[in-house]
Amino acid sequence: MKHATRRVVGLSLVSLTGVAAFVIVAMLALVLLDVVKGGASHLSWEFLTQAPSNGMMGGGIFPALFGTAALTLLMTVAVMPVGVLTAVYLHEYAPPDGKLARLVRVAVANLAGVPSIVFGLFGLGFFILFVGKGLDRALGYEQLHWAQPGILWAALTLAVLTLPVVIVSTEEALRAVPLDHRTASLALGATQSQTLARVVLPGALPGILTGAVLAISRGAGEVAPILFTGAAYFLPDLPTSLNSQFMHLGYHTYVLATQSPDVEATRPLLYATVMVLLLLTFTLNLVAVLIRTRTRRKAASGH
Amino acid sequence: MQEQDLAPPVALPMLSPEARRRQLKEKLIAGVITAVAFTGIAALVLILVFVAKEALTLVTDAAAREEASFSKMFLPQLVRKAKPLAYVWQPVSGVPKVSMIPLFIGTLKTTAVSMLVAVPLGIFGALFAAEFAPRRLREVLKPTIEMLAGIPSVVLGFFALMVLATFLQDTFGFTSRLNAVVAGLGLALAIVPVIFTVTEDALTAVPRSYREASLALGATQWETAWKVVLPAAAPGILAACVLGFGRAIGETMIVLMASGNAAITSANLGDSVRSLSATIAAEMGEVVVGSPHYALLFFIGVELFLFTFVLNMLASVWTKKVIQRLKGGAG
Repeated sequence: MKHATRRVVGLSLVSLTGVAAFVIVAMLALVLLDVVKGGASHLSWEFLTQAPSNGMMGGGIFPALFGTAALTLLMTVAVMPVGVLTAVYLHEYAPPDGKLARLVRVAVANLAGVPSIVFGLFGLGFFILFVGKGLDRALGYEQLHWAQPGILWAALTLAVLTLPVVIVSTEEALRAVPLDHRTASLALGATQSQTLARVVLPGALPGILTGAVLAISRGAGEVAPILFTGAAYFLPDLPTSLNSQFMHLGYHTYVLATQSPDVEATRPLLYATVMVLLLLTFTLNLVAVLIRTRTRRKAASGH
Repeated sequence: MQEQDLAPPVALPMLSPEARRRQLKEKLIAGVITAVAFTGIAALVLILVFVAKEALTLVTDAAAREEASFSKMFLPQLVRKAKPLAYVWQPVSGVPKVSMIPLFIGTLKTTAVSMLVAVPLGIFGALFAAEFAPRRLREVLKPTIEMLAGIPSVVLGFFALMVLATFLQDTFGFTSRLNAVVAGLGLALAIVPVIFTVTEDALTAVPRSYREASLALGATQWETAWKVVLPAAAPGILAACVLGFGRAIGETMIVLMASGNAAITSANLGDSVRSLSATIAAEMGEVVVGSPHYALLFFIGVELFLFTFVLNMLASVWTKKVIQRLKGGAG
């Protein structure tokens, strides 16, 4: 190839890839701009603290905010111990290239790729119709008590969905704890579990928190898994027990966008709801990124 | 940290009772942790078992077998007298028609549109980030695109429904406002970050020595990127596309909101479509528990699970291949 053509081809390839990167970022900017433009004016303290009114064409989103928060809190409580201990097994206890560890890894990788709607079916089939029904029978409830959609079942469904997120980031956090710390602790006579509890886990804590935050941000935005496991179209009251249904920001968005009798009237509400949902997930993601870069910098300067 | 790294246990008779208790405690803790680690495997198995269990009515129940037989699901059926055989999904009409073909076609159409957009964007974008962008720009670019991955799919569905649909209809004059193109573009927003991230990882895994060797032989930067780095990372890039494909097939909310949800069997991308996942989401709410229709929706769930399972296994094999190849080559 001649020198000139070589340069032209090179320049066009580089600019082509640059354009692709630019387009991706522009798409993100487009979504954000549209949401902020449409939602900022309607976002107010009243909007955040009032219940929907007037057939969901007025009022605020407080029950949905509350439901989302309660749901993700329950989910976090359920997923963190299991996720962290699984990662501890993979990184601290399992022999390298052990069969079981490999199987766990394959399962976790596949779990991450299961479509979210299938998690919804699983929640319905397993938690509600199997566990819930079994509980009702065992506790002697005449009416449906546990064998119906509720916040606990939705939270557990989301916990299974976010399990891979927690496992992967916890393992990364464990990898970042220097091996010297473990050997030093063992050399001082500490047992493996003492080393784990007092040296390894505290050292990995920021990374584990990052995992928790990422799981929350992922779980808070998922709608498909909670469609039939607990989310309600509209509820005048906040959920009071683990088997009550709840309102949810994402589901509320879906309802407002697709089932509103008057699209023009609900549009500002819809945009403001989406803006809150985006603010929530972005803030969480940003927090995760911040914790991660901070610990990385610390690790880089400390050792 | 492995057990065989630790000192072998001291001969048992020498241990004090306290030490023995401590040893027992250690074993117990290791046992509990190992037991918890089975949760991931258990979850995957339970998902398949319990989704398949609800679909089992299609085989065990005579009425369901009659209403939703495999031939009715996959072969053309008589819909109305004196009309040609056709594929129709109308599970709640007087005579339920349960052909899955329109749903397959709908899923494929939206997925194809999204892949056509997301694959070039993701791969070229990753190539730019990994090979050409200055370090500062790359450090901004990666987290920004990861932010795109953090947008909940219901928000992307909302965006496709409210903004893209109107814009595309004004530009191209589609007869149906919500169609395969709108849903596919919405889906593309969801899978671009997947393809970008995995491709970028594969590209950065290519050892520096490859690039240095190529540059030393007189190749330019783009020739190195295009003819050395890209082929070296090819299996990883293929894995990225497969993962994106799997995500697009299973994604629910975007398609549910932006596709129009009409089970039409046509090749036209401007027609409304109904996907497998959106069908579950839309119909599960009103279905009679235990009915053939209910079992059918779970059967669709089994299909989605198996599709994505196979795709994931392929992707992980290819990712491993790129790592092995590069390790072997660099060593």
